[in-house]
Amino acid sequence: MENLLLTTQQALGLLLSGNSELWTIIGISFRVSCIAILIAVVPAVLTAFALSYARFTGRRLLISLFNTLLSIPAVVIGLTFYVLLSRQGPLGDLHLLFTQSAMIIGQIALCFPILVAMGHSAFQSADKRAWETARTLGAGPVYALLTVMREVRFGLLAALLAGFGRIIAEVGASMMLGGNILHYTRNIPTAIALETSKGEFAQGIALGLVLLLMAFVLNASLNYFQGKGQVVA
Amino acid sequence: MIANLRLKTLLILVLSVFCSWQAMVQAAQADRSKTIRLATTTSTENSGLLRSLLPRFTSDTGYKVHVIAVGTGKALRMGRDGDVDVVLVHAPAAENKFVASGYGKQRHPVMYNDFVILGPANDPAAIASASNAADALRRIANQSAIFVSRGDDSGTHKKERGLWKSAQLKPKGSWYREAGQGMGKVIQIADELRGYTIADRGTWIAYSNKTKLKLLFQGDSVLHNPYGIIAVNPGRYPDLNHTGAEALIKWMTSEAGQRLIGDFKIAEFQLFTPSAHKVAGMSSTQ
Repeated sequence: MENLLLTTQQALGLLLSGNSELWTIIGISFRVSCIAILIAVVPAVLTAFALSYARFTGRRLLISLFNTLLSIPAVVIGLTFYVLLSRQGPLGDLHLLFTQSAMIIGQIALCFPILVAMGHSAFQSADKRAWETARTLGAGPVYALLTVMREVRFGLLAALLAGFGRIIAEVGASMMLGGNILHYTRNIPTAIALETSKGEFAQGIALGLVLLLMAFVLNASLNYFQGKGQVVA
Repeated sequence: MIANLRLKTLLILVLSVFCSWQAMVQAAQADRSKTIRLATTTSTENSGLLRSLLPRFTSDTGYKVHVIAVGTGKALRMGRDGDVDVVLVHAPAAENKFVASGYGKQRHPVMYNDFVILGPANDPAAIASASNAADALRRIANQSAIFVSRGDDSGTHKKERGLWKSAQLKPKGSWYREAGQGMGKVIQIADELRGYTIADRGTWIAYSNKTKLKLLFQGDSVLHNPYGIIAVNPGRYPDLNHTGAEALIKWMTSEAGQRLIGDFKIAEFQLFTPSAHKVAGMSSTQ
């Protein structure tokens, strides 16, 4: 117990003293995950929209597929892309393994199903007449899409936060695809794994605190926006 | 209407995926000639050796080194697959095989230390008085005292298997635990389980003040632990950063690099003994 208190104290010290190593790791984590979610979000929202509004064969199958992919373990994503990106794999010539790009690819694959599945249920909850009304009033498809998106913005925001929450905290794919290289592909989760194995618990806890704080800020802001939405609507 | 939208959707989707893909590929390839990928064992990374050496190498030569710390088996595998430029590992038999099969160019000895056997302070299997390493393992097996194995095909694991073999034992049973983790983690596990384990001296020194385990057996010549550095064969993978790999090897085996290795200490203990300039053949104890 005393040990836990002491390491937590050291952890806070590390964070507050602006330990550059620690903040580099935090920076890499956010950089990689932000890029991944930004790349994923547009195609994911469009896919979610198509799954809710368009009628085509295989739609139901696709929906169950994305729902299944929700629970795919990060290590499996990591292994799959490792095999693909390795020099011996089909994409080996791109030399992406052990780079931030490889981590981004893995994280896109991880958050895409979440964005689609949660986005899909958000779109489904929308009144279908929003789309029809917008179209009848002469809105182009893009504008009509934006109108519907506005209707379900909280659902979409929740999807975004859930997707981000998954990739910023996952260790398996980042470890395999990034290789945990210092100042380059070492992010918060892989650093926690490494520091723990080195017996440097203070560093691990400090990074854990950052993740915890971030989760709190994200959820609090989601709550705030939702609350606001209810009052206005 | 919907069909029209779907076409646009598809177009935007394909375009955005394509653009981001291009951007990522370019970003990844931008500075490849200036970076070297080194696959190495957890012992050189966890002990802090590379973190003290590599900044000097970078300021001397301008190359950045991306260190991927895994077990020796995995590191050699990465070299074989052409996923890294150079490997720094400690399993001479596997290294020689790696070179002989044409995956590596040449093995350069860099440094050595030795393996030590760690265990709980009360030493239930009484290995402190063992006559040699094989005898120590035999005593552990006879007592069915908990032994934590790396179990990850690392250099240390290869050595450990060799030792069991020379003791003519096949470790099996609930006392023999294969962790499948790095050296540091295995020391922690052995500590928690109050078991025995084999560690390289470098990692042991780096962890000695974080664990209750004690060094119980050392000094047998079979516990010699030489490290070698090998550039991945450029004939096999011409587009690897071979110039960088050669520069790293040259620097590590240079007088300056060797002195830095010898000077690397934790709490006044030297972790590695430089050996690049020793007579070749000294290190081939396996």
